Amino acid sequence: MPEIFNMLIASFIPLLFILIYAVVILWVEIKVASHVQDRLGYMYTGGFHGIAQPIADLLKLLTKEHITPANSDKIFFTLAPVLVFASSYAAYAALPFTSTFIAANLNVGIFYIIAITSFVVIGILMAGWSSNNKYSLLGAMRSVAQIVSYEIPTVLSILTVVVAVGTLNLQEICEIQKGGISSWNIFKYPPFMLITFLIYFTASLAEVNRTPFDIPEAESELVAGYHTEYTGMKFAMFYLAEYANMFLVSGIAAILFFGGWSSPFGKFLSSPGWGVFWFVSKGLFFVFLQIMLRWTLPRLRVDQLMYVSWKVLTPISFVNLMMVGLWAILK
Amino acid sequence: MATFEITTRSVRGDLKTDTMILNMGPQHPSTHGVLRLELVVDGEIIVDVIPHIGYLHRCFEKHAEQMTNYQQVIPYVDRMDYVAAMGNELAYVLAVEKLMGLEVPERVQYIRVIMAELQRIASHLLAVGTYGLDLGAFTPFLWCFREREKILDLFEITCGARLLYNYIWVGGLSHDLPSEFGKKLKDFLKTFPKALKEINDLLTFNKIFIDRTANIGVLPPDVAINYGCSGPMLRGSGVKFDLRKNEPYLVYDRFEFDVPVGEGKMGTVGDCWDRYYVRVREMEESLKIIEQAWEQLPPGDVHSAIPKKVRPPQGEVYFRTENPRGEIGFYIISDGHSASPFRVKARAPSFVNLSVLPEISRGYMIADLVAILGSVDIVLGEVDR
Amino acid sequence: MRQYFKNIFIAIWTILVGLKLTFKHLFVRAVTIQYPDVKLKLPERARNRLYVNIDDCIGCRQCEMACPVDCITIETVKALPNEDLGVTSTGNKKRLWVTKFDIDISKCCYCGLCVYPCPTECIYMTDVYEFSEYKRHNLIYHFSNFTPEEAEMKKRQVEQFELEQKMKKAKPAEQVPVNNPESGEKKS
Repeated sequence: MPEIFNMLIASFIPLLFILIYAVVILWVEIKVASHVQDRLGYMYTGGFHGIAQPIADLLKLLTKEHITPANSDKIFFTLAPVLVFASSYAAYAALPFTSTFIAANLNVGIFYIIAITSFVVIGILMAGWSSNNKYSLLGAMRSVAQIVSYEIPTVLSILTVVVAVGTLNLQEICEIQKGGISSWNIFKYPPFMLITFLIYFTASLAEVNRTPFDIPEAESELVAGYHTEYTGMKFAMFYLAEYANMFLVSGIAAILFFGGWSSPFGKFLSSPGWGVFWFVSKGLFFVFLQIMLRWTLPRLRVDQLMYVSWKVLTPISFVNLMMVGLWAILK
Repeated sequence: MATFEITTRSVRGDLKTDTMILNMGPQHPSTHGVLRLELVVDGEIIVDVIPHIGYLHRCFEKHAEQMTNYQQVIPYVDRMDYVAAMGNELAYVLAVEKLMGLEVPERVQYIRVIMAELQRIASHLLAVGTYGLDLGAFTPFLWCFREREKILDLFEITCGARLLYNYIWVGGLSHDLPSEFGKKLKDFLKTFPKALKEINDLLTFNKIFIDRTANIGVLPPDVAINYGCSGPMLRGSGVKFDLRKNEPYLVYDRFEFDVPVGEGKMGTVGDCWDRYYVRVREMEESLKIIEQAWEQLPPGDVHSAIPKKVRPPQGEVYFRTENPRGEIGFYIISDGHSASPFRVKARAPSFVNLSVLPEISRGYMIADLVAILGSVDIVLGEVDR
Repeated sequence: MRQYFKNIFIAIWTILVGLKLTFKHLFVRAVTIQYPDVKLKLPERARNRLYVNIDDCIGCRQCEMACPVDCITIETVKALPNEDLGVTSTGNKKRLWVTKFDIDISKCCYCGLCVYPCPTECIYMTDVYEFSEYKRHNLIYHFSNFTPEEAEMKKRQVEQFELEQKMKKAKPAEQVPVNNPESGEKKS
């Protein structure tokens, strides 16, 4: 019985984290957007710089009416947002927040994450198809094509790291990079690991549908893509999943290349409590980078997106993988 | 690379595919108002575009005939191309003045030039900003608006309105320039090139932006001329035609400025990027004109030539000027005895430029259509009138 | 092949240039004005809500004529000889009672054309721009000092007077029916 209890707590912590993080990052996104554009953004709700606005937004979404289009496939329409959120939430299970906390310490942690996040595709396609809307369908098709093709450079770049560290267990990957900033993976095999990181980061942007790869929901073309017909909490689920995914890929980037929960100063400030701090702040840094990119860049076109994936990222990551592999053998 | 083979009804193996009709607008984020486009698409590739216009029709021409005098038409003219109202007023007023054979003081002419060029910058800023928005870049839009706001402030201190001015009158202007105008104008002239450079760095020369716009929606010069395109649309295709140079009105022949044309710097001549870049460079040229006009601005009374009663002799007139969006023309018939025009016909550049859209967007993708439509830079108030 | 790597390089470079710019702007002072708290001073020439100083109005209807959207409605009644309406602040003599001066501000297009022809400068645009209403009829502004009943009374008074005048004139010419309802109707 206590085992089940423990599991419940272990599964509850990531959920709590996602919810709190989503509220914070919503505020950060709006604030970054507005300050980049020389505006102030919202300033009233909650006193200081509209700090309570995301909560108000969430409450508003909760109270909104659920509208299901008349000719939609009702079951899939309701199931899709849940599936999208569930898959990104499930991936958090294998994310080591600190040296002592990981919901499920799997031997094949990174493999599990790649596998489980693929479910997002099914959810999105379900959403687009069941909406019975041409824009939604186009968005969903784009999204599927995009995520499927960007999984290849992502996996290849992750594979490069796995070759370098020799394990699939995320906790162990962090363990290996424990010795301060110099032992981080990004500085190994220069410059190949750096290139690997760039490929991973670019591909992960596409995985989470962020600018410049936000083609599935391109509002100036497809209105809102696959979630055009969604309202209220179902819509919020998509949003939540998007933000959860953003941290997920950033967290993986932090673990694979920047030591995860390990302190940049070696033994200094490396207790488990600080581990959470280091991991979350590293992850948030990449989330911030994603937000900055969103407010800087225009978006690509579908065929250009494919070009970037198949003709740029994939070949380079193959070369990278081979180089790192050769180097690792020769060493 | 960008064009695809058009297959209206293709059979791939056993799989039968068909075209789909996609309705874009009138409520769509990037149709710039209430334009409705009926797209015939094959997957994401556009087979045909059918624009449906008229959602903003306000019977401008009929209204103009019902007014009690010529002056009252001006507020209606403002509402045609509502982001470049000064230009519309200018064209209408110059047409009426030509009909009456009215000579206006030099100061009035110089102020009109300054206002028209400021309006051109404001309008192009909007075009550039919304173009970025169409392609998914949000930030340049707000930066453009920030700069545009400064111009609107200048207009507001001059005539009291920010968008629909009713400033240029038959024979003169409603107000002379206020005393603080000079200082504010100088401030603007000083800070604007920097802001423009930032927008250029962020958007114009961004590789993604170039990839999205270069070689897209290529409008060959002969097609542009055949369709009667004008303004940046025409010049983007490499045709050096600008009414300010070719048919100078007001005092434009006294200023030195270039007419930027599309050079195909990033792709083919006449692609979206060329049209876009022509607008950016026109802003720089307008700055030059404003600087020169401000230096040469003579003293005088702006009200001296305003006639007591605007009652043109019997006859008809067509006058055209270079608006930010192209050649705007007014054809006015006066019957000689009534105080209101017998007939007013407006040649709206947006309307003519829009007509070329189906021609240049066939074979591209839906995402490109948005880019092409943005580069045409329509204002629905003017298309529908 | 060279072009391929050059493209990648340009892409990364321009993205970095853009990021640098946007990052710089994170710390640039925002231009937003917190509107209901902070209000900009409008310029002197600002054209917003119309106002009529009815004490100066002589009822010449020039503004009504000038309005391109017909948002001004004026009704006047001639003053009786024994009534002195006084003069306006510009020195014009008032000869008409302005029994109705309505501006439908929801129709107004803020062009300012009504302001210029006014001989006494009693109609002008103020810098008030916050006048939204919940009911549309609240946007019809009544500037006249007369209530509709008073206006009606005034009208009848004048009719009465005119009738008397006519009778006085007509009496020497004889044979005019004293209480002819038709002639009364015609006048009204």
